[in-house]
Amino acid sequence: MNALKPFLSKPWLWSWLAALATFIVTILFTGGASAFGLSQATLTFAAFSVLVGLGQMLVITLGPGNIDLSVPATITLSGTLALKFMDTQDTLILPGLAIAIGIGLCIGLANYGLIKLLRIPPIIATLSMSFLVQSMAIWSNRGLRIKPPEALAAFATGTTLGIPNIALVGLVVSLAVWWLLERSIYGRWISAIGQKLAAARMAGIPVDGTRCLTYILCAILAAFCGYLLASFSGGAALNMGAEYLLMSIAVVVIGGSAVAGGNSNVPGIWGASLFMFLVVSMLNTYGFGAGIRLILTGLIIIAVIVAASRPAGAR
Amino acid sequence: MTRLSPQAIRLMIPVLSLAVLLAAVFWLQPRAMSYMGMNLLFNLAVPIALATIAQMLVIAVNDLDLSIGTFVSFSACVTAVYLPTAPLVAVAILLGAICVYALIGILIHLRDLPSIVVTLGMSFVWGGLAVLILPSPGGQAAGWLRALMTASTPFVPLAIIASVVIAVVAHLLVMRSTLGVAIRGIGGNARSVARAGWSVMKIKAAAYALSAFFSVLAGMALVGVTTSADANIALRYTLLSIAGVILGGGEFVGGRVSPVGAVIGALTLTLAGSFLSFLRISPDWQIGAQGAVLIIVLGLRLLLARREA
Repeated sequence: MNALKPFLSKPWLWSWLAALATFIVTILFTGGASAFGLSQATLTFAAFSVLVGLGQMLVITLGPGNIDLSVPATITLSGTLALKFMDTQDTLILPGLAIAIGIGLCIGLANYGLIKLLRIPPIIATLSMSFLVQSMAIWSNRGLRIKPPEALAAFATGTTLGIPNIALVGLVVSLAVWWLLERSIYGRWISAIGQKLAAARMAGIPVDGTRCLTYILCAILAAFCGYLLASFSGGAALNMGAEYLLMSIAVVVIGGSAVAGGNSNVPGIWGASLFMFLVVSMLNTYGFGAGIRLILTGLIIIAVIVAASRPAGAR
Repeated sequence: MTRLSPQAIRLMIPVLSLAVLLAAVFWLQPRAMSYMGMNLLFNLAVPIALATIAQMLVIAVNDLDLSIGTFVSFSACVTAVYLPTAPLVAVAILLGAICVYALIGILIHLRDLPSIVVTLGMSFVWGGLAVLILPSPGGQAAGWLRALMTASTPFVPLAIIASVVIAVVAHLLVMRSTLGVAIRGIGGNARSVARAGWSVMKIKAAAYALSAFFSVLAGMALVGVTTSADANIALRYTLLSIAGVILGGGEFVGGRVSPVGAVIGALTLTLAGSFLSFLRISPDWQIGAQGAVLIIVLGLRLLLARREA
């Protein structure tokens, strides 16, 4: 059916078109003056959303009801603890990274433990976990702002060949996740589980192991994002993860992944992340106040999702 | 031993957990066992209970509202800014907002949109409107509203009476009225509701409008308690309301909700937050305590459900 227009039928097309349109509208206003700076900022901030978005995407692929609300708390805790551990020493950068990933691993395991052992719906399990993790972060943070090691801060804010390092990291991780999703047996498994859990179980897919691994991957990606974000912004703050809860869900859905699970794509996460940052900077460029900016952001999100939708019953 | 229905068990666990938590608080601080103490403990529970009922109505049609926190904040800002000086303007704005909610319900139904994303977008819109109305914290509660929320009722503190009233009204509305049955019917099986000659679109619009109405009440109650508002005053309510519904025995799909349970769930979460201060544990862990109570109560539910099975 879609053989005639394989390109137009790509679910991620909408987010890229929206991002491109927003970029052009922004550049038009400045007369092209800030095109380079805007691209750099966009790539950097989009990369953070991509990292958490990829993890959330894998979880949402698992099917209805699967979602990870502990993303912001994980970001905050891993940023806080990793920076505290590294204590501005360059030699501890890699162990610090290991700590961050270890935190992600533990939170992911705990999330799935609650889901599986207590049979709590994932939304509530990850929500309760996020309350606990957030408390841990508040308790360990104590309002101190510890600086990241200099070399790490330089890496996080630096560029290679004109492209921000963070964006490159995001790209590498995206390629890895793309490979996982599209080329590995694990990707087939999570899509199968998302399409029909019972059928997947019948087909002999290790459902529990796959789901567990997915929640762990999501938490690790969030923890990694927290590590980079804290290094990028010169220290961890208690509210650093807050905006990524809605962001991680928004980029998955705007990127064209099925909210009901079973069908996801990586390029859309990039398109949507670029779009989300560009919308904010476009509204900033046009000089709107905070209130109007928020309202327009919301309306644009809804407009994109409506534009990409079909009327009920058309499927 | 008499056999209990699954619904009774569903309700029993929230009731028991609230009782245990309350007993623990009284044991730690006997002075809380007074008119004054109870009022202080549950004062802030009234708006949370109202917001939880609002969330429950949306969950009943298998949707989820991520904008409740910002919408309650928005209602609170409107209440604090316009209600004392220009009551008609306030009522008009709030009625308009309820209509917008109904339209969102229709939009979600017609285009088969994921409610999470649409309400996510709306949360930005309500947040923006709240900032426009009240750029910096302030405003005031209308005299009658303040009087209502701080009224000293005989024998039983107002917060308790209000919670009971909310539970009873919501119960009659959702469990006993025709509209309530239709709303839960959509959650159970939308197609069979449609086959029975109902308009799914109209029912969904009604569910969203009712939900908005309860959120508006939550915002007004919040202003009555705190006497002022700001644009971020109720952001926590989004997650608290979802947790309250589930804690009270509701489920995300299938239209299985319990209004009485939801109110009790909201009270339990409120109490969990203040419980630690009685233990003299650092307030850092206050949010964590709510998480822990959630986990423990849901774990208990599993234990009892197994025993029954």
